[in-house]
Amino acid sequence: MSVKVIIPTPLRVYAGKADSTEVSAKTVGEALGQLTNKFGDLRKHLFTEDGKLRSFVNVYVNDEDIRYLSKENTPTKDGDTISIVPSIAGGFV
Amino acid sequence: MSTKVQPITSQPNPTGKATTLTNEEILRYSRHLIMPEVGMEGQLKLKNAKALLIGTGGLGAPLGLYLAAAGVGHLGLVDFDVVDFTNLQRQVTFGSDDVGKPKALAAQARLSNLNPDIEIETFETKLTSENALELFKDFDIIVDGTDNFPTRYLVNDACILLGKPNVYGSIFRFEGQVTVFGMPDGPCYRCLYPEPPPPGLVPSCAEGGVLGVLPGIVGSIQAMETIKLILGTGESLKGRLLLFDALAMKFRELKLRKNHSCPMCGDHPTITKLIDYYEFCGVRGEEAPGPDVQVPEITPRDLKSRLDRGDDLFILDVREPHEFQICNLNGHLIPLGELPRRVHELDSSREIVAHCRSGKRSAEAVDFLRKAGFRKILNLKGGILAWSDEVDPSVPKY
Repeated sequence: MSVKVIIPTPLRVYAGKADSTEVSAKTVGEALGQLTNKFGDLRKHLFTEDGKLRSFVNVYVNDEDIRYLSKENTPTKDGDTISIVPSIAGGFV
Repeated sequence: MSTKVQPITSQPNPTGKATTLTNEEILRYSRHLIMPEVGMEGQLKLKNAKALLIGTGGLGAPLGLYLAAAGVGHLGLVDFDVVDFTNLQRQVTFGSDDVGKPKALAAQARLSNLNPDIEIETFETKLTSENALELFKDFDIIVDGTDNFPTRYLVNDACILLGKPNVYGSIFRFEGQVTVFGMPDGPCYRCLYPEPPPPGLVPSCAEGGVLGVLPGIVGSIQAMETIKLILGTGESLKGRLLLFDALAMKFRELKLRKNHSCPMCGDHPTITKLIDYYEFCGVRGEEAPGPDVQVPEITPRDLKSRLDRGDDLFILDVREPHEFQICNLNGHLIPLGELPRRVHELDSSREIVAHCRSGKRSAEAVDFLRKAGFRKILNLKGGILAWSDEVDPSVPKY
């Protein structure tokens, strides 16, 4: 299953400046695992020390939040897009 | 700590709702009036509306300009900051003459000039848990153009407690997020992000930079959403998170659901009053989110005298290559993010002074290197900014 993972601007610095990457995965968890294997520096920004997805990082399969699907067990199919959307605070600085 | 809010009103408060427009107003708003979606009825809604802008900077600039121009009858501007030169690249309300002036007052002057028929109230204060409810209560819509997590959560919670819509916009470098929170049956900011990131894990705008046009676009979308809410027309961004990537020039939309177990707006809320948002976000006082690292330091003056003395010091610059091009202290450049895999370039037997722009990233570098076994390493206190202030003013500040 070829899945596209979109890497948000604040995290691109930990992903060799890539804005997206293709992985082959059957679930969201697998896709994120492959992503962090590819870009090791990303791991601590996406996961806590005990391996849980951080609460200020949301993950979507296409336009749906995985918290309302099967979380990291959410299945992915060929051509799906996974978006990582961290909270950003910027405005008037 | 309570900050007294002193509204400064450019015109006296109206006693009731306006039911007519003057001939001058009809001429001014003619392009709205000839449009059936606005018309006289819509223009009167705008005239009778009260919108509060939190922040008058990057997002607040297009917001203030467009809402004032559109004839939103009562605007509140909350900002305690002062205009500086680095603001002018994107905060288009301000001119060079405004540098040094309070932002709220400079914005009020500009917006009054744009539209003298509206009331503009300024609040030169920091928004706090003590003053937020009092400040928000007289406004119909709150527009969040702030720059930090504690204020974002504060604005969200105050809007939920008062049942007011919160038009949300946020930016980073060349990416933006926009939505509308606080609508009946709609999600709130805590439904989207239950918790803020720990300090230091996400760079702020001051560290990360922002493309000047980006807040113009994101703030304009917020202005459009605000006007639609006032008019009660169209489809709002409620329940949708709009993502904008300016480099790819792509808009994407994600579903944003109300979390029924949300502690703020869920079925059984556990947060029923405003809390200490700095504590919630892991930061104290007015300091920007950043790692709380205590490391040995050297002041710019001490570094200068040691260099003049001919001491053998290795200057390590942990900024990015594009920052090195702006100015440098002839240091060896290893960006903070590359330090772990480039440690071998450093000689732990030599004394090292690490620096960055302000001293924050280099403190992280020093902390990292000490944990890696380096003993003779110091952080340049205040970074290049302090070097420019205290030692060599010919070095530009950025």
